[in-house]
Amino acid sequence: MATYQLNVNGQRREVTVDPSTPLLWVLREDLKMTGTKFGCGISACGACTVHVGGIATRSCIVPVSHVGDRPIVTIEGIGQDAVGRAVQDAWVEQDVVQCGYCQSGQIMAAVALLKHTPKPTDKNIEESMGGNICRCGTYPRIREAIKSAAAQIK
Amino acid sequence: MRTRSAKQELNRRGFLRVSFAAAGGLFVSLHLARRFDEAAAQEGVSASQAPPAKNGYPPDAFVNIRPDGKIVIQVNRLEFGQGVQTALPMVLADEMDADWSNVIGELAPAADVYKDPLFGIQIVGGSGSIAHSYQQYRELGAKTRAMLVAAAADRWGTTSDQCRTEASVVHGPGGKSATYAELAGDAARKPVPATVRLKSPTEFRLVGKRIKRLDSRPKCDGSLKFGMDLDLPGMKVAVIAHPPIFGARVKSVNDTEARAIEGVRDVFEIPLVKGSGVAVVADKFWPAKQARSRLKIEWDATGLDRADSSELWTRYKQLSRTPGNVALNQGNEKVLDQVPEQNRILAEYEFPYLPHSPMEPLNTTVRFDGDRAEVWAGSQFQTVDQMAVAEVLGLEPQRVTFHTEMAGGGFGRRAVGDSHVQREAATIAKRLRGTAVKLVWTREDDVQGGYYRPMHFHRVEVGIGPDGFPVAWRHMIVGQSITADTPFANFTTKNGVDSTMTEGTADTHYKIPNLHVSVHHPKVNVPVLWWRSVGHTHTAFVMETLIDELATRAKIDPVAYRRRLLKPEAGKLHRTLELLEKASAGWRTRLPKGHALGVSCHESFGTGVACAVDVSIENKRPKIHRATVAVDCGVAVNPLSVESQFQAGVTFGMSQLMAKGGVTLKNGMVEQRNFDGYTPPYIVDAPIAVDVHIVPSTEAPTGCGEPPVPVISPAVVNALARLTGKRYRSLPLVSI
Repeated sequence: MATYQLNVNGQRREVTVDPSTPLLWVLREDLKMTGTKFGCGISACGACTVHVGGIATRSCIVPVSHVGDRPIVTIEGIGQDAVGRAVQDAWVEQDVVQCGYCQSGQIMAAVALLKHTPKPTDKNIEESMGGNICRCGTYPRIREAIKSAAAQIK
Repeated sequence: MRTRSAKQELNRRGFLRVSFAAAGGLFVSLHLARRFDEAAAQEGVSASQAPPAKNGYPPDAFVNIRPDGKIVIQVNRLEFGQGVQTALPMVLADEMDADWSNVIGELAPAADVYKDPLFGIQIVGGSGSIAHSYQQYRELGAKTRAMLVAAAADRWGTTSDQCRTEASVVHGPGGKSATYAELAGDAARKPVPATVRLKSPTEFRLVGKRIKRLDSRPKCDGSLKFGMDLDLPGMKVAVIAHPPIFGARVKSVNDTEARAIEGVRDVFEIPLVKGSGVAVVADKFWPAKQARSRLKIEWDATGLDRADSSELWTRYKQLSRTPGNVALNQGNEKVLDQVPEQNRILAEYEFPYLPHSPMEPLNTTVRFDGDRAEVWAGSQFQTVDQMAVAEVLGLEPQRVTFHTEMAGGGFGRRAVGDSHVQREAATIAKRLRGTAVKLVWTREDDVQGGYYRPMHFHRVEVGIGPDGFPVAWRHMIVGQSITADTPFANFTTKNGVDSTMTEGTADTHYKIPNLHVSVHHPKVNVPVLWWRSVGHTHTAFVMETLIDELATRAKIDPVAYRRRLLKPEAGKLHRTLELLEKASAGWRTRLPKGHALGVSCHESFGTGVACAVDVSIENKRPKIHRATVAVDCGVAVNPLSVESQFQAGVTFGMSQLMAKGGVTLKNGMVEQRNFDGYTPPYIVDAPIAVDVHIVPSTEAPTGCGEPPVPVISPAVVNALARLTGKRYRSLPLVSI
């Protein structure tokens, strides 16, 4: 067991866990932030995507001991960001979700995309969102929502 | 399975009961404990004064008008993406004239009152949520409204027909008005009308409108709690080491290393539905999973069949050449043999085992308190799973409170006749008496854990007439019966034929004068289950690729060919093909070079669907630039939701075409472990855009959950066939 000071959604949080514990489970079970989802545990589905130091990261394979002082942003905090809020609003406006389980990860991936590529092409979308599985298959609406958010962001 | 109409069933068993809620709200319930409740309703006795119904229901309300004006509607289904948590409240709220902006949809717990009016169990299946509960929810809404109006009329000394309703307000003569919340207490004392007039479609305010989902925002900000997200005081997390061969038993286990992991509370062998496993209980998931990986288990698989995919293909292929159980013998089977050799096609198809792999891995939480228990599960079979937990714990089912949790997909995987996940969770909870325990199936458990869409082998011989249309068709299907050894077999299996395997073939809407369909149901040691659209997953693929091949041979346009071959009474398919032609006219005939059109149509669960796709080949995989889908589902309760189901459902159907879109076994063991080995479609594999067109209809609504799935894979390979000249008959589509 070791104690870590984490910066989560702008707040300092302290946890005492086994160093091998993936960030995903620290968020979900120690910090009780369950918006970040467990889907596969091998970084193959993207349901656990959060931002670490501004980079979309699969939290299921990142041990908490590797995070350091890089700021972590999760689905619970992304709405405080202008791009994040625009993406969430576009998702609601386009009625994207079905079961919704993957959508935290989809939204976090989409925000990361739009921060680097404000006007993404279909190809950009496929590349950036290419590792996130939506088993329901909401991909056409995800595309539309990303484009609609891009149009909203000044 | 349908023996009675929903209406007959409701009339037989249903009536409304009204009672005061503690908060002064109005409850309207559809209740089975008829004698007491009729008396109670007449005498104005409230439910809280009444002795509990014999079968111990909770206050089983469908509608609760809260003093703050919020109207809470209980949804008798699981919400796992299909949109029923929005659609059924729409239906009820429309007849009730409720203010939609104040409607809340809640998932009802397990109770007899929430059973499917036709199936007799609480279920999401057979695309029946809207089809079976549309009438039920309309009547509930209309009766609630009638009681509110009667209360208002009394208050104003007038009659109900002098009042009208809109947005949760009753308006009376002389500009009088009262809100539903104000009237709820008086309305609760009113008798429940025996019959009530339902709206004509022109009066609908919600039904038929594009209404956004009620659960969007909480699914976009991380606040919605799925079963997996449940956190109870003192709760433990469990995982199970399942046997590597289905049904194997633990011979010995060394758990020294596992127990050494901090946070691990218990390690023990538990009986499974078949065989046994080792459960690990820990304070949290990570130590539980770590500990499981350090167990050293010796398994005993003595006497168990070790399924092996390549051996099964050989066996299935051989079986397909031998006479089986006859599903349909229409016309004369021998006609086929008189068709000249050059006018015959012999086609053999292979379909692999398919895991459902919903995004939210399977899980169930149980707390056993000795004389009662509580369960939290995203279940498609609430009452069945409730019974299973009760059985494991030695309780009467009414002592088991069963909460329906929002589920992250399911596709059939949460409707398991043997309730194996709930039984496992209950077995662990029994040992941990007094402590809530959440059993989590990891993705590996899911991919390797069985309960797949079965493997199938089809052997089809078609005899073609001089006009290019089929005169004779001999169709053999080999595959495990999904319902064998379950109570469902009574409904699905006759003369040794499980109709869930022949649906889409034996009941085809194509005119084939001499059609012979037969089956073999081999026994294999792999648990199988319905997978979204069940038999249609493979039968539609076979029918629609063969029909397309025939159209190509006859040099007839694929849509025109289908329309000529369909029976005149196949109204839904004719209408969808007609609409498809119109809707795709803008792109169908002017495709860029290197692109091809693929077409298919198929009716399932009473819904007709036609599909056209624009496909090219990129990176040796099909690239779907566009899909146009036409749908006839009767009344489209929520066209926005119907559109969503079809847009996304066709991508779910693409699962079958993925290069790693199947599960294989070798020497009894599953070869894939996770999404690296079994890979569902990613965004690049999905159609870039899907436009959905709904046939206007006043017919009773039919389902939209499953019907999107069957059409897409045949449409895509029909396009590929045009591009490559090859026929694709073996899935998954490993290469083009």
